[in-house]
Amino acid sequence: MRLRAEGLAHAYDGIEALGPLDLVVESGERVTVIGPSGCGKSTLLAILGGLVRPSRGRVLLEGEPPRGSLVPLAYVFQDFALLPWRTVEANVALPLEDRLGAAERRERVRAALARTRLADFARAYPRQLSGGMRQRVGIARALVVEPGVLLLDEPLSALDAQTRELLLEEVLGLTAGATLVWVTHHLDEAVRVADRVVLLSARPGRVRAILPVPIPETERGRPSALAELARLRHELWDLLREDARRAEATLGAGPVDAAA
Amino acid sequence: MPPREVPFRGGGFAPRRIPNAGWLSFLVLVGLWELACRAGLVSPFTLPAPSRVLAALLEMAGSGELARHLVASLARLGLGWALGATLGVAVGLAIGISSLARSIGLPLVSALFPVPKIALLPLLILWLGIGEASKVATIALGTFFPTVIATASGVDQIPKSLVRMAQSFDLAPRAIVVRVILPGALPGILAGARISASIGLVLLIAAEMIGAEHGIGALVLQAGHLMRSDRLLAGVVLLSVLGLAIGAAIGALERRLLAWR
Repeated sequence: MRLRAEGLAHAYDGIEALGPLDLVVESGERVTVIGPSGCGKSTLLAILGGLVRPSRGRVLLEGEPPRGSLVPLAYVFQDFALLPWRTVEANVALPLEDRLGAAERRERVRAALARTRLADFARAYPRQLSGGMRQRVGIARALVVEPGVLLLDEPLSALDAQTRELLLEEVLGLTAGATLVWVTHHLDEAVRVADRVVLLSARPGRVRAILPVPIPETERGRPSALAELARLRHELWDLLREDARRAEATLGAGPVDAAA
Repeated sequence: MPPREVPFRGGGFAPRRIPNAGWLSFLVLVGLWELACRAGLVSPFTLPAPSRVLAALLEMAGSGELARHLVASLARLGLGWALGATLGVAVGLAIGISSLARSIGLPLVSALFPVPKIALLPLLILWLGIGEASKVATIALGTFFPTVIATASGVDQIPKSLVRMAQSFDLAPRAIVVRVILPGALPGILAGARISASIGLVLLIAAEMIGAEHGIGALVLQAGHLMRSDRLLAGVVLLSVLGLAIGAAIGALERRLLAWR
């Protein structure tokens, strides 16, 4: 499915937090959104996902959802947003309840847990899992509804560096071919994941630059691609550095995230 | 400077439970009490020996008197608490999720919560008569307010991201209440149940002392009038056991419903 944001802008308590900006995410495209702290990237994602009403503008979802899709837009949260009183399988089953019969629900949950290598932990509670496994549950829950567009809000930020690296590879494999918008503040993650990196300016976040990543996803792990990825990372940081410095000096001057 | 061993400084400030210490100290206390009474250090009218209190308890149990008082009290407490807690959870949920209910309900609840509900008993007697209704209503009123506050703050403590998550999957509002809000607020609701049950017990005794033929409050008051301090203390023991039993029941419920913690 194709996602199109037109003239989006958002303000909290009279403070311009985001936009105006336009953004198109083509079907099957991976877009990462990066910007200095407080630029409104999580707010942008929440608006794209219909969780925050923009002050101006609109978001359009175009095209047919995939076969078997139950929810057009699914969200992966930075803090995992798992229900602590539900087991892993019950968390993954949550979006299927009231939508599918028991047998089909069980089968979909089983398949999602198998894909995310969680089958052995189906009866565990979130508190019994590591951070990386908790996020895998969050990803399984998003994938189980076969969404048209996957929105990921800093999905690896709460994890330690090694777990982040492991999970990044896994998520890329799990979401191959999916349309996704991935918000991050990690430069490496931004260029590793994206077909296009959208760089937002400091608050109010506007599209400052769009960097295509002209390396096929399957080749990004190869040594030959590392130099090009490093060059892109460097280019991104050159564009971002001044805004990041300014944002760091003024952080706390106003609200930055309404989705939380 | 010669090398010195770094001394350990991290001990204490971490109390742990010593097995059986509670029971043993209780038994020692009761033993000392019994000895003091038998040695004639305490007048039996002022403070009868534990053995006499136990004898009074057994005598009342044998005659069926104990069951009559206990059944009357449990019926009042059960009905009043069920009414107050059910309405309290409903109103607390509404305050927790609706702006209108919060704007209207929270100031009202905050204003009425500190009023000692026993002060309203005479008014409730005027409205509902001296019978069961006024006693049940007093207990219901007393348990309603703490339940509302515990439920509303239980809802407030649910991370907003859980609700946003449910909305991101297009769950219906009713499904969000049933699958996210209610289970998320349950720890708060059960903590409130502990408080409201003890408030209910206090109001039960007060209401029974004002106008009841049967009930533990009536038993204690009548025993006092007759200077039967053994029966009076038997009633107090009964209350203590009742309080412990209610606490244990809520504890068992917590262990069952909140096993995920």
